[in-house]
Amino acid sequence: MITRLFNFRGGIKPNSHKNESAEAAIRPAPMPPWLVVPLRQSTRATARCIVHVGDKVLKGQRIGEPEGNLGTAVHAPTSGTVTEVGLYPLAHPSGLDTRCIVIEPDGEERWVGHKGFDYHNATREQALAQLRDCGIVGLGGATFPSHVKLGKGSGIDTLILNGAECEPWITCDDRLMRERAADILAGAAILRELIGARQLVVGIEDNKPQAIAAMQIAATAIGGEVAVMPVPSLYPAGGEKQLIRVLTGVEIPYGKLAGEFGIQCFNVGTAHAVYRALAHGEPLVSRIVTVTGNVEHPANFEVLIGTPIDHLLALCVPRPDSDRTLMGGPMMGFVLPRLDVPVVKGTNCIISASPKLFPPPQPEQPCIRCGECARACPAELQPFELYWFSRAKNFGKAQEYKLFDCIECGCCAYVCPSHIPLVDYYRFAKSEIWAREREKSAADQARERFEFRNYRQEREKEEKAAKLAAKAAETRAKLADTAAPAEPAPVAPAPPGDDPKKALIAAALARAKAQKESVQPRNTESLSPATEAEIAEIEARRQKTLTAPSATLEPRSPSDHSPESTA
Amino acid sequence: MLTALLIMTGIALVLGAALGYAAIRFKVEGDPLVEKIDAILPQTQCGQCSYPGCKPYAEAIAKGEADINQCPPGGEEGIRKLSDLLGREFKPLSEEHGVEKPKSVALIDELTCIGCTLCIQACPVDAIVGAAKQMHTVVDPLCTGCELCLAPCPVDCITMVPVPDTVQTWKWKYPVVEIRKSA
Repeated sequence: MITRLFNFRGGIKPNSHKNESAEAAIRPAPMPPWLVVPLRQSTRATARCIVHVGDKVLKGQRIGEPEGNLGTAVHAPTSGTVTEVGLYPLAHPSGLDTRCIVIEPDGEERWVGHKGFDYHNATREQALAQLRDCGIVGLGGATFPSHVKLGKGSGIDTLILNGAECEPWITCDDRLMRERAADILAGAAILRELIGARQLVVGIEDNKPQAIAAMQIAATAIGGEVAVMPVPSLYPAGGEKQLIRVLTGVEIPYGKLAGEFGIQCFNVGTAHAVYRALAHGEPLVSRIVTVTGNVEHPANFEVLIGTPIDHLLALCVPRPDSDRTLMGGPMMGFVLPRLDVPVVKGTNCIISASPKLFPPPQPEQPCIRCGECARACPAELQPFELYWFSRAKNFGKAQEYKLFDCIECGCCAYVCPSHIPLVDYYRFAKSEIWAREREKSAADQARERFEFRNYRQEREKEEKAAKLAAKAAETRAKLADTAAPAEPAPVAPAPPGDDPKKALIAAALARAKAQKESVQPRNTESLSPATEAEIAEIEARRQKTLTAPSATLEPRSPSDHSPESTA
Repeated sequence: MLTALLIMTGIALVLGAALGYAAIRFKVEGDPLVEKIDAILPQTQCGQCSYPGCKPYAEAIAKGEADINQCPPGGEEGIRKLSDLLGREFKPLSEEHGVEKPKSVALIDELTCIGCTLCIQACPVDAIVGAAKQMHTVVDPLCTGCELCLAPCPVDCITMVPVPDTVQTWKWKYPVVEIRKSA
C-alpha cells in the first residue's frame, strides 16, 4: 500500500474555478432535435458506417463497425431515424469535416437488446472484444481505445484510477465520483482483473474532499485493497506521468510507456463506462460534460454523444458578453471554431469565455531567457530552447530537446512574463514534424515502387528477349532438321551457320509459300460453265502480264525454291 | 641516427599497412552523396528536372552536371536543404522546369475512360490499376502527383485534384504573425 507521496517537478497553481459547477448535480441533458454522431470517436481510427439513410435505429444499436487495431465501435445514442450520412464539422481546432451519422430522435429512448457480459467465465480476448464493441475509449480526453491499453494483461502491478481532474473549471469527474463511486470502483475492479494488477490506487486532488469521501466510503463497502489517495492540488497532477510519479515515485523515461514499468492508468469516467459495458452490456453512448464559464447556470450534464454543443450551451444561458467557447479546460483546451459541432467521447468540458474571465492574450514580447518556463515545466524540459527551435523551424534540434515529451499542459505559457504562446509553437512544430514524416514515408514508398517498376521492366525485357531467343533456336533446329536432306540443293545464298537470320527468313518464306499452296480456294468447285470460262480468261490474262517480270526474277528465285522442294 | 631512421621507417610501414587495410575493409560501395541527395528529393519521379527520375537527377547533381533548383515538387524547401547539404548557393526555383504546386493526385473520370492502359504504362510508381478495355482507377495513397499520366490519355479523362486537409493531416499554423512594413 502507498504510504507516502512523491512530487513531480514544476507545475503551477492556477485559480481552480471549480466552485461554479461543482455543486450542480449530474442531470440528463434534454433531447436535442438531432444528433450528429462522428464515426471518428477514437484517436487515429474511423469506424465504418453500417447503417443507411432512412434506417430506424435503437438506442445502443451499433452504427459504426470498428476498423483496424485502434478501432472501436460507434453506437446510436438514442432511438430514432438515420436522416443523413455525410460530412459534418468536428469539434477540433481545425473545424474540418469528418463523416458523421445524423439521427433524428423519436423521443422514445428504446434500447436495443443488451445484457451483462459474464467476464468471469469469458476469456480475456472476449472481454477486450466486448470493450471494443461497446466503443470504450479513454474519457480523460485522449480517447485512446481501452481494449488496446489493457494490452496483453501481464506484468502490470499497479492500476491507477485517475480522478485528479487538475484543470481549472472542469468538474465532470468530481461529480461522477460523488454520485457514482460504487459503479466506478466496480469498473475499476473489472479493469484490475483484466489487467492482472495487484493493487488499485485512486488518485484524487485534495480540492475535492466530497469526492474523496464518497470514494472512500465506496472503497470500504467493497473491501479489498483499494487505496483512495488525496494528492496535492498542483496543475498538472492529472497528467498520466505526473500522477504516476506522485503516487508511486516512478518516473517514466523518454519514449517509454507506463505499462513497461508495471503501471497502468485509467480515468474514473473510463472505469465507469467499463462497468456499464461489462456489467450491463451498455455501449458508451453518453458522457458527463461540464458546461461552465461565463454562463448563468453552470451545470454537469449527462450528454448523449452527438449532441450539438450550441444546444447544450443554450441550456446554461451564456451571458451576453461571451465572445468565445472553449472545449476542454482553459489550459489544454482549444477555442471551438464553430458551435454547431457535436459532443464527442473526449468532450469533458465546455467553457463559455468572456474577455473579463479570460482576458485576450497580451502582445507577445521577445523571450528574455528568464528560465521561468523551465522551472514550471512538469515534463522537465527546457521550453525556451524548444521555443527557439520551433520558431526557427529547426525541427531536428527541437526533437533533440525532446519536443515529443511535451504534454502541452501550458504551464510554460502561463508563467511566461513575455506572454509568448509557447504551446502554439510546440503544437506547430509537432504537426509539422508529423507531416514531414508522412511525406518522408510516402517518398520512400514512391522510391521503392519506382525502383521496383524499373526492375520489373528490365526483367520483362529480358524475359521477352530470352523467349525470342528460345523460339529462334527452336526454329533453327527445326530448319536444320528439315534442311539437312536438301543441303546438296544447288544454290544456297550463304552457308547457314554464317548467317542464321537469313536462313530463318528463308525458312519462314518457304513456310508461307507452302501454306499458300496448301490452301485451296473454296469457291472453285461446282462452278457454272460461264464462270469457268470467265476464270480461264482472267487466268490467261494474268499469265500474259506475269511472264515479263517473272523472267527478270528467275535468276534469284532458286534460293526460295530450294526448301520448297522438300516441304 | 640509424635507430631513428629505423623507427621512422617502422612507423611509416605500420601506418601504411593500417591505412591500406582500412581502405579495403571499409570500402564504401556506391556514392554516399547520391544517396543523401536522393533522400532529399521528393521521389515524385515526374521528370520535370529533365532527368528520368529522382535518382538520375541526384546523380547529376552529385557529378555537378545539374543545378540544385530544377525540382518543382521539392520546392523552395528542397532547394534549401540541397544547398545546405552541398554547400552551394541557394537559388530560386528555375522557371523553365516548372512551378511549385500544392500536392495533388490524379483522378480518372471513370465514365470517360476507355481502358486504353496508356496511363498505366506512363505511371512511374504503378499507382494506376486497370486492364485493357476495363475501367482504370488511381490508387490515391500511392500517387505522387507527377502528372505523367495526363499527356498519354487519348480522351483527356485524367485531372489533377489537390489533396484536401483532413483532421489527420491538418497542421497547426505558424504562430508568428509577419509584420509588414507599411509602404
